[in-house]
Amino acid sequence: MKVAVVRFWGSNCDHDALEWAPRVLGLPSEEIWYEERELKGADLVVLPGGFSYGDYLRPGAMAARTPVMEAVIAHARRGGLVIGICNGFQVLCEVGLLPGALLRNQSLTFLHQEVILRCETTASPFTSGIGKGRLLRMPIAHGDGNYFADAATLNRLKDEDRVAFRYVDPAGELNPAYNPNGSLDAIAGILSEGRNVLGMMPHPERASEALLGSTDGAEILHSVMGSFQRA
Amino acid sequence: MKARIHVFLKEGVLDPQGKAVMNALRTLGFGEVQSVRQGKFFDVETDPIAPGEAEGRLREYCQKLLANPVIENYRVEVLEP
Repeated sequence: MKVAVVRFWGSNCDHDALEWAPRVLGLPSEEIWYEERELKGADLVVLPGGFSYGDYLRPGAMAARTPVMEAVIAHARRGGLVIGICNGFQVLCEVGLLPGALLRNQSLTFLHQEVILRCETTASPFTSGIGKGRLLRMPIAHGDGNYFADAATLNRLKDEDRVAFRYVDPAGELNPAYNPNGSLDAIAGILSEGRNVLGMMPHPERASEALLGSTDGAEILHSVMGSFQRA
Repeated sequence: MKARIHVFLKEGVLDPQGKAVMNALRTLGFGEVQSVRQGKFFDVETDPIAPGEAEGRLREYCQKLLANPVIENYRVEVLEP
């Protein structure tokens, strides 16, 4: 499996993302600059976190209109795997690979803290190895993570089992006190219609080594690897 | 041509910034303020565009970049032909 990480001006989790596959899976990962039009044969493309283009206009709006995103869209339409983390999730919504949008946090403050996620579906390459209902600990670090979609879109996401992760309390229950940013229906991550694109606000790549306090983020990569080997 | 393009959140989309501004106004003694919705505008200057085409062209700017149709509406206004 070939892994590539896209870098935009203002990406700041690109190095963490570049280390993710090497440290968890022992696989090399390539970096791809935003001006490129080819994905270097990547099977899994990671859009990293950060503040691409200074969040000008809207978070992810400028990155969504870069040349490399045309290649990412084509890759996704062919069924290729894409993970957008944090700013990467915002970019995926801006290009329309995922529905909805990420609004300013309800608190209006930048949030950097650990959250608890509940895995909501095993029907995706990213979560097939995790287990429905399993709780994962990983950090968030964002100012605009408040997931929003209109009622029809939300119903469709639920009907099609496309909510990948929700914010929950330590008992694994929905609890407004543990929904850090005010996201609609406590949504932390969603899947595309084809289930090959995942967007999530929390940072699995920052929770994939014991030294960092949690290895739960590595489960996503292990899942992808397992699915890739079965395919 | 000179134009002004307004982009603002759709009704029903929460606007925490607008709400914070409203609270600040009320704190300053403007107790009559009941709601604030925050938006933005873009002043655009272009090469001449045929009058019949200008508004459609400006709306394209919004659809392609300036507004996110999931959360925002827009209004275009030609100021000088």
